[in-house]
Amino acid sequence: MRVRLLVPAVLIASLLVAPAVTVGAPRTSWDAKACGRVGGTLVFGQAQDAVSLDPGDIEDGFSVNNTSNMFDTLVRFRADSTQIEPSLAESWSVTQDGLVWTFRLRRGVKFHDGTPFNADAVVFTYARQIDKKHPYFPGNAPYASFTYQNVKSVTAVDPYTVRFTLSAPFAPFLTNMAMFSTSIVSPTAVKKWGKDFFKHPVGTGPFKFVEWVQKDRITMEANRDYWAGRPCVDRLIIRGIPDNTVRLLEMERGGLHLMDQVNPPDYERIRRNNRLVLFTGPGLNTGYIALNTEREPFNDVRVRRAVNMSVNKPALIRAFYAGVGQPAKNPMPPTIWGYNDAVKPYEYNPERARQLLAEAGYPNGITTELWWPNRARPYLTQPQKIAEAIQQQLAKGGIRAKLVTYEWGTYLDKLSNGEHPMAIIGWIGDNGDPDNFLYVLLDKDNAVKGDANNYAFYKSEAVHDLLIRAQRIGDQAARARLYRQAQEIIARDAPWVPLVHAARVGAYRREVQNFYLHPLQIWWLHRVWIQR
Amino acid sequence: MSRFLLRRLLELVPVFFGVILVVFVISRMTPGDPARIILGEKATPEALAQLRVVLGLDQPLPVQFARYLGRAMRGDLGRSIQSNERVIVDLATRFPATIELTAAAMLIATVVGVLTGVLAAARQHSWFDGASMIVALVGFSMPIFWLGIMLILLFAWQLGWFPISGRLDYAVELRRITNFYVLDALLARNGAAFGDALRHLVLPAVTLSTVPLAIIARMTRSALLEVLRQDYVRTARAKGLAERRVVLGHALRNAGIPVITVIGLNVGSLLGGAILTETIFAWPGVGRLVVDAIFARDYPVVQGAVLVIAVVFVLVNLAVDLAYAYLDPRIRYG
Repeated sequence: MRVRLLVPAVLIASLLVAPAVTVGAPRTSWDAKACGRVGGTLVFGQAQDAVSLDPGDIEDGFSVNNTSNMFDTLVRFRADSTQIEPSLAESWSVTQDGLVWTFRLRRGVKFHDGTPFNADAVVFTYARQIDKKHPYFPGNAPYASFTYQNVKSVTAVDPYTVRFTLSAPFAPFLTNMAMFSTSIVSPTAVKKWGKDFFKHPVGTGPFKFVEWVQKDRITMEANRDYWAGRPCVDRLIIRGIPDNTVRLLEMERGGLHLMDQVNPPDYERIRRNNRLVLFTGPGLNTGYIALNTEREPFNDVRVRRAVNMSVNKPALIRAFYAGVGQPAKNPMPPTIWGYNDAVKPYEYNPERARQLLAEAGYPNGITTELWWPNRARPYLTQPQKIAEAIQQQLAKGGIRAKLVTYEWGTYLDKLSNGEHPMAIIGWIGDNGDPDNFLYVLLDKDNAVKGDANNYAFYKSEAVHDLLIRAQRIGDQAARARLYRQAQEIIARDAPWVPLVHAARVGAYRREVQNFYLHPLQIWWLHRVWIQR
Repeated sequence: MSRFLLRRLLELVPVFFGVILVVFVISRMTPGDPARIILGEKATPEALAQLRVVLGLDQPLPVQFARYLGRAMRGDLGRSIQSNERVIVDLATRFPATIELTAAAMLIATVVGVLTGVLAAARQHSWFDGASMIVALVGFSMPIFWLGIMLILLFAWQLGWFPISGRLDYAVELRRITNFYVLDALLARNGAAFGDALRHLVLPAVTLSTVPLAIIARMTRSALLEVLRQDYVRTARAKGLAERRVVLGHALRNAGIPVITVIGLNVGSLLGGAILTETIFAWPGVGRLVVDAIFARDYPVVQGAVLVIAVVFVLVNLAVDLAYAYLDPRIRYG
């Protein structure tokens, strides 16, 4: 028996007409975002140019911002959340055992090269990423093993029906089908360009590729036949300008409409300028200290709690995140459904920390190492300064930590080998599913030395049981309950010191309308319009 | 002369081999597995293993080296690990940007530097001499990064005389043939693009020129002062020649050898050292290419770029040697 999950007829009908005015569609749907004016050139400046424009071969956000405006996925994230809505697939169903997913594809959609979009294109997109002997295997396909995890086969049932068979029930599968790396590519174009497809991208998305001047800019033009209605602007240009100050000056002069990555000291400058708007919101990331639970003294939960009580998170956020980050108490950020806001954070209390250490048999405190990564990450803007600040805070709680660092690649290797006592690290969410934080970072399955992502080597049977059950059921409310329970246990066991959820920040000119920086920090720009 | 040229060009072969070997060994000794760095926090063991095979990193080092050398002989420098682009294409688009910028900067540095040095030497101990040498010292010590931002703030942001960043306005159409935009605009007889490309070139070129300008000015001054004290200059003056002819016609040519040497050395270091200027002005040159590639452990790109920079270095040195012979008739190569 099959369970119909989602076929809102009103929504689909609204997808088919140009969304000049839409009535009745949910506010968060892309189709609710109408163009107030059509035309013009929109220029977005980001800190780096794209590396590659083959969505199956990228992993950096700068490339993703480009491909996401040129390609579509089977399903897509809503305009302001990580909830899923139809895209190239109009509807889908899953068998009750959770193993077979069937997608009904939208008819009449064409790739930018004029060839038809159909089930064969979906199968081709999958096959070229998963089989490295495939004649059109992209260079690396770095995300294939993540997005297609548990997928056993993909078959075209008929030209407009495609079937994914899984090896185990896996609820996050649907979310993965909205991720950039599963963007459907034109098989004709891939075969035509071969290894050079990365600079001749052809999708079905709202913008068509025009030109790429590498390390400089990418030009796209509106796809006037876009199935969800043409984008508001005629041309989209995405420039790479590495220096944050120069990028801001360029926007102030009117050379850019939007920019990413603002220097925190410049927030005030933007707020004071009535031609500019500063956008801040919680980011989809967590910076944390992993406490290696397999090594003394961190195998003792009292010591781990003592570390938690020694870190003053608000002070760190004031000093290093310009006050716009959020102190973390759970492993995942509050933008994700299933977040447990009832979890009580460990209070900052160095006195109590010393007591706990004494109870654990360390009346004189402990001497250990605090590892830090020598590379700025979104969740760790100034690694060395943050590490030094934490070192000083820990000292007050009786934890004398020597700072240790390694080059980024080596650092990750050593962490997955469990060579660290305490290590500062973090995670940027891929798809907005709780599984992507909790299972990946804290399940015992991922605590295998050498391959670990669970850098605390935290092995809780109770948590494992909850996380696996949550993977196997489809109902989101039921899953959310399981994840909330897991967060409670994790907070009690304290394998981490959750530090911060760094904000997502962008800025734009006042005339830019309808812009919302998505929680995934992908800059979808097809519904943005420019006021005269 | 032609035998000398041939010998110098033949010397390129061991230079190539040496550069490839050194860069290959150093890049492999750098800690950090490229597969790890490409996949970052997200690496799964299968993905890591798969990527190492794709990159050929599962082979022993000598095998990797032999393969690379074999392909390089045929002009194939491989493909970028990150983007999948052919390295030769990357270099062909980026090098012209850097060379255009370096050439403009060296032109400014040489013209202004030599002029300043000559004037300062001709009027030693005058106010001009003192002022220009102080300015030169400041120029030499100024952080490029700061200077670039200040020039942008004043001349682009405030006054609007020049664009803030990039090589060409996106609204300007230009067919790219050589990727030297100024040249491409001339070839296409496209006046608008020519003007726009030149305007984009000014601020980065001025920024990049400050350090070599200061060095050239000081070197010209001191070399010229030394020559001006020699007997033949006194003779020239004694026979009643105008001071202008003494300095420009007799002394300057003899003072030219150390100046040319300094210019040559600076061209080389600017080629690799334009990175800061390229970053500030979002100039899509080879400096940024190399630095990005180093961070990403993109071996083929690092190797290819260093190889080409080394070749240009050798060629510039050759040009300097030839200039010696022109300046000083006593120097002959055979």
